[in-house]
Amino acid sequence: MEELKNKVRELLKAGTVQAVIGYRAGSDEKTARVAFVRQPDEADGLILDPRCTDNLAVYLLKPEVKLLGKLAIVARPTTARTILQLASENQLADGQVIVLGVSADGKAVVELASFEALEKFVGQVPAGLTEEEKVLLAKIEGMSREERWAFWQSEFARCIKCYACRAACPMCYCSRCIVESNQPQWIPVSPHDEGNLEWHLVRAMHLAGRCLNCGFCAKACPMGIPLNLLTQRLAEEAKAAFGAVAGGSATGEYALSMFKADDKEGFIR
Amino acid sequence: MENDNKATGAFEPKLVAFVCNWCTYVGADLAGTSRLKYASNVRVIRLPCTGRIDFMLILKAFAQGMDGVIVSGCHPGDCHYTVGNYHARRRWILFRSLLDFAGIDVRRVHFAWVSAAEGAKWADLVNKVSGEVRELGPYKEYQGLAGKGIA
Ligand code: SF4
Ligand code: SF4
Repeated sequence: MEELKNKVRELLKAGTVQAVIGYRAGSDEKTARVAFVRQPDEADGLILDPRCTDNLAVYLLKPEVKLLGKLAIVARPTTARTILQLASENQLADGQVIVLGVSADGKAVVELASFEALEKFVGQVPAGLTEEEKVLLAKIEGMSREERWAFWQSEFARCIKCYACRAACPMCYCSRCIVESNQPQWIPVSPHDEGNLEWHLVRAMHLAGRCLNCGFCAKACPMGIPLNLLTQRLAEEAKAAFGAVAGGSATGEYALSMFKADDKEGFIR
Repeated sequence: MENDNKATGAFEPKLVAFVCNWCTYVGADLAGTSRLKYASNVRVIRLPCTGRIDFMLILKAFAQGMDGVIVSGCHPGDCHYTVGNYHARRRWILFRSLLDFAGIDVRRVHFAWVSAAEGAKWADLVNKVSGEVRELGPYKEYQGLAGKGIA
């Protein structure tokens, strides 16, 4: 912890960066929230513990955050992979941000100034779903089709179309989203069953093969909808069908912007 | 459009087919000029390329009351735009798995390659899909969504 604070002070004092994105205590002892540290002495308020699970990479592309100047960011492995995925989508340039990589156990902090260093860092941490996540997915997959429909309908019925999930997702960075398109209006504005289903399917498809499985979308949802399961399912499919895993490299290709002449499927007539 | 057979009163499935301009549309045309008789349940919508067939169109078709959807284009290697169908195929693989995961009946969504020379394959495809969807009955689950209004 002291190591992180010292590092942040150093970076700000030397003027290497103008702001550091990290975690500070939230409104109660169970939560943490984002901190934008701009003065060396503000580094004292930083924390790094199991509460700090938010994917801070979501802030990197926000126009108001970019105005702060050059940035450093505290990154757990998932956030580090998100940064690489953003780089592969040409949203971040090499050297644009300094990454303060936090090891999986949350103890060691390493300064990673290049994408190459970042790639090595994430390479040490296995990507993909945890065993618990796999069990949950398998449970839904094991349901009958009708049960799956009923399960998701009861989940989607609670959606109030607040789009907090979209705001929380670091990969949802389009300045104009399909839900705001009204010529034609693809997704109805009001939260009703048809539009809710369409919103959830379109969101998942637009994140297919790009989701880093940080779970921030589901955490942000005020209605407790486990919508990250949809993108998890697609991540599993992209891996199984195309060998594609998001967030491994700054030059990785998006599974849906490339193809192989012999891509396999078992359903086209 | 009526879902029922006027003469018998039995259920007749409504199908929409999104087809590419260069292969399947011409194949369907060939079925017609060859005077092949096939199920009249399908409404054909022509798009430039399977690569242009947004998955939202499939959802909208169900929302508008279709009981089944066909998506068809040029065989791999034959795309007029060289690679549109290869991209489409990747999208279909992921989209189909998402539909299934969300509990949508994938037996109502059919993908095919039908070339400009395959009038008979087109007629056969429409007949088969019509028969299969007729067995499944009207897609009440999805069609019920629109009527339910604000939750
Ligand atoms: S979809 Fe959810 S889990 Fe995936 S990157 Fe976005 S916020 Fe994270
Ligand atoms: S955050 Fe939850 S309630 Fe809000 S739009 Fe997303 S899924 Fe719906």
